[in-house]
Amino acid sequence: MVTRAAKELVDGDTTLVGVGVPNLACNLAKRTHAPDLEMVYESGTVGSDPSKLPLSIGDPVLATNARSIVPMVQGFGYYLQSGRIDVGFLGGAQIDRHGNINSTVIGEYDDPIVRLPGSGGACEIASNTHRTIVITPHSERRFPEEVDFVTSPGYVEGRENRGQLGLRGGPEAVITDMAVMRFDDAGEMYVESLHPGVDRETVWSETDWDLQFAADLTTTEPPTDREIDLIRNELDPEGIYTGP
Amino acid sequence: MPEVVEMDRAIEAAVADGQSLYLGGFTHLIPFAAGHEIIRQGRRDLHLVRATPDLVYDQLVAAGCASEMTFSWAGNPGVGSLRAFRRAVEDGVPNELSIEEYSHFGLVTRLAAGAQDLPFLPLRTYIGSSYPEHTDAIRTVENPYDEGVDEIPVVPPLNPDVAVVRAQRADADGNGQLWGIVGEMVEAAFAADTVVLSVEEFVDSRVIRSDPNRTLIPGSIVDYVVEEPYGSHPSYAQGYYDRDNEAYLDWDRQSASHESTVEWLDEWVYGVENRAEYLEKLDTERFLDLQPRSNYATPVDMGEY
Repeated sequence: MVTRAAKELVDGDTTLVGVGVPNLACNLAKRTHAPDLEMVYESGTVGSDPSKLPLSIGDPVLATNARSIVPMVQGFGYYLQSGRIDVGFLGGAQIDRHGNINSTVIGEYDDPIVRLPGSGGACEIASNTHRTIVITPHSERRFPEEVDFVTSPGYVEGRENRGQLGLRGGPEAVITDMAVMRFDDAGEMYVESLHPGVDRETVWSETDWDLQFAADLTTTEPPTDREIDLIRNELDPEGIYTGP
Repeated sequence: MPEVVEMDRAIEAAVADGQSLYLGGFTHLIPFAAGHEIIRQGRRDLHLVRATPDLVYDQLVAAGCASEMTFSWAGNPGVGSLRAFRRAVEDGVPNELSIEEYSHFGLVTRLAAGAQDLPFLPLRTYIGSSYPEHTDAIRTVENPYDEGVDEIPVVPPLNPDVAVVRAQRADADGNGQLWGIVGEMVEAAFAADTVVLSVEEFVDSRVIRSDPNRTLIPGSIVDYVVEEPYGSHPSYAQGYYDRDNEAYLDWDRQSASHESTVEWLDEWVYGVENRAEYLEKLDTERFLDLQPRSNYATPVDMGEY
C-alpha cells in the first residue's frame, strides 16, 4: 500500500499529509522519485523536512527546518481552500462506491456502535484538494454499499455533480492491501489492478457491492528492493506502520 | 494588566462550573498542568472546546468535569482512540457528554469569527457531507455577489468563556511569545472572555520587545499569567522538551476501563498538590531523554530608528 501510494505523487506536487501510512508514503516518495514534494501538515507546518518519521501530525520534527509555520486558519484557508494543495491523502473506516468516506461514526450518529475520532481536516481536504488518494485495508465492513456518515465527500452524485456543488477535484485512487481502484466517468469506483497473488473473487467477497473491474485489468507492480529497504531500515525501522 | 499568579489561583479565579473552556494547542503546548488543576478543584458541567481534544480532555471527561464538547478530531494523536471520551459518548460513563462536531477548518473558522466579533464566516466545506444534518449551526447563505457559487456554508462565532493557552515565554505584563506549531491558539485566545496564559519561563520585557513578530498573545488580552515549567508535559514545548510518547502509549492502556482511568487520576492528579509535585514524582531520566539538541533561529535585525 505504501509504495503504491507513493507512486501517485508527482515530483513538485504539494501534498497535505495525514499521520500513519500516508505520512510514510509521502516520506518515501520524497526520498525516491519526488524529492521536490512539498509536504504540508494539518497542524500548519508547510514544507516540512522531518529528520525522522513524525509520531503525529503535530510532531516537533515537522516544525524544525520547515519552510513556514502558519496558524490553522491560514493553512486551511490560504493554502487548502484557495486551491494551493495538489494532493490530499485520506484514510477512513468506510468508503462507498462513489468514494464518500466515513471517519466519524459506525452506526447511528446519535446512538453510535463505534465513535471514531471524526473529520479533523478530512472534510475540507476532500472538498478542496485537486485530487485525493485514499489508503485503507480492504474488507467488507470497510467497503459498504453506503457509508454511515459522509465525513469526506467523494463523487456525491456522480462526477459532474461535484463541480456543480462547488467541490474541487475528487478521489483519484483508492489503494488497499489487495488492489488499486480508480473512478470512471460516472464517478463510480472500479478496480484498475490487483496486487500480485490476489484474485477477483477475493476482492469481490471483501466489497459490499458489485464492484466492477477494468477491461484491461493489470497486476500491481510490486515494491522494489530499494523501496522495501528504505521503509524497513530508514522510515519505519520499528515497524510501527508496516509491521515487523 | 494581567495578574501574575500561581496555577491554583488562576484556575480558582478564572474557571467556574458550567462555563465553556478552551485548553489550547494542537499537539504542541497542551496545558496539562491547568487541566489537572481544574480536575483537582472539582469543576463540573464544563463545555470543553478544542479542534483536537486529546489526553487532557480525556482526563477531564473521566473525572466527570465535562458535560459537553465542541471539537473536530477526538483521538490520542498518533496512538488511537480517546477511550474515556468514547465511554462518555457511547455509554454515558461517568456521565452523558453531548457533542457538537465540526471539521478542523469549521471549528477554527468559528473561533476566528469569535475573535473578530462577526456573526458568521463562510467556508468551502460541508457541501456533500453529513455534517449539516447533525450540526445545526452549520448553515448556508446566499452569495450576495454575482461571481462564484450561489450559496456557501457558514458557521457562527465561538467565544469560550475561558481560554487557557501556553507559550514558551512571556514577560510580567503577559506578552506571550510562542513558536513552532500554533494551531488555533491565537484565535481562541482572542475569542475568549477570560484568558489564562501559562508559560515555560518569564523573561525580561526587553527580550519580548526585541522580537515583536513572535508575540502572538499580547498582554492586553490576558487576565492571568502563570509561570509553569514543564506545564505541557507529556505534550511538548518546541525547543524546550519533546513529547513524552511513552505517556501517550501508557494512556491508551491505562484508560482501558473507567476504573483504571480513575486509578491514574488518583495517583497523578488528586495524589499531588500541584505541578511541582507531579514533576518530582516523574523520573529525572525521563526529562533528560526529552531534551532536544539546540537549533537556534538566526537573530533578525529590527534596526534602531
